[in-house]
Amino acid sequence: MNVRTQVLLWAAQRVSAAVLAVCVLVHLVTIIYAVRNGLSAAEILGRTRGNAAWAAFYVLFVAAVAVHAPIGLRSALAESFNWRGRGLDIAVLALAVALAVLGLRAVYAVFT
Amino acid sequence: MATLRVSVWRGQESGRFQEFEVPRQESQSVLDVVTHIQRALDPTLAYRFSCRVGMCGSCAMTVNGRARWTCRTHVDKVAVDGRLEIAPLSNLPVVKDLVTDMTLFFDKWARARGRFRGARTRRDDFERVPPDSAARRLADAAIECIGCGVCYSACDVVAWNPDYLGPAALNRAWTLVNDARDTDNRARLAAVAGDAGCHACHTHMSCSERCPKQLSPTASIAGLKRATALAALKGEF
Ligand code: SF4
Ligand code: SF4
Ligand code: FES
Repeated sequence: MNVRTQVLLWAAQRVSAAVLAVCVLVHLVTIIYAVRNGLSAAEILGRTRGNAAWAAFYVLFVAAVAVHAPIGLRSALAESFNWRGRGLDIAVLALAVALAVLGLRAVYAVFT
Repeated sequence: MATLRVSVWRGQESGRFQEFEVPRQESQSVLDVVTHIQRALDPTLAYRFSCRVGMCGSCAMTVNGRARWTCRTHVDKVAVDGRLEIAPLSNLPVVKDLVTDMTLFFDKWARARGRFRGARTRRDDFERVPPDSAARRLADAAIECIGCGVCYSACDVVAWNPDYLGPAALNRAWTLVNDARDTDNRARLAAVAGDAGCHACHTHMSCSERCPKQLSPTASIAGLKRATALAALKGEF
């Protein structure tokens, strides 16, 4: 991977961290609010079904996770297990795709 | 007379600690202790020093587990129950006893393009750099490095990532990035960016905590992260 890409990954890591900070906060507040009189699937779906604003929020959340986690894991694996190079880059890219697909599928499931 | 019990590393990568008893003296530095051992107890002990006044950066060792400049470290400050443990700096190969091979450390300064490159010749007039300009102040804050290797030895990322340029080389690069006369910054920013450069730093701040000159390589590295990210976004490398 060339140096420019490495720097852009670092920048993406920073930006996604800032997005995550806000998303996690909103998500936690929502959880606390949502469980105030018990938790039911009907109540959750009532809030999310057809609600474009929530869908957009969670798409952003999933995107930030899919960007942030693999980049962090890439450094952690390199530093802890001395795993570097193409194999590592492909592995964390696969993780990014997996996180995005699973996350977006979940968003889609509660939207429709 | 009170004595100090001193364990000193003997050998290379593999070796062992050897015990010595050294007379305690007033205002005694750790370097004085090592010198006493070499002169009076065991002339085969290898160690390195030069100026003895905190200028040359050659006397750094690991004292009771921490990297320090030994010529300006008082025994009073670091001895625990009259004991000292003195070992070579970590993160560098050991040549013998307390002497490390600094080759890679300084090669990394070269890799970080830590050499000034100007455009003027001796026939040109001096460039005027206002002492209170923002860039000059940033350079001033980082310029007093003596190349002792304490920060390099204290940095975990150096241990985890052997290609990492390390705090001293990056700190040096930052002084040149802020040198209005230097013409090599494009190449320098490319050289200090990425996985082996400033972006590997985790801002642990061990380097800044331990630097005997009270510099903050961490702050210099943060400056480089911003400058290189900007350059990368602009497509300059
Ligand atoms: S701040 Fe960066 S350079 Fe300094 S010790 Fe920590 S990781 Fe190493
Ligand atoms: S930055 Fe400080 S600790 Fe590091 S080499 Fe320079 S003087 Fe020594
Ligand atoms: S002997 Fe020169 S800095 Fe210690």
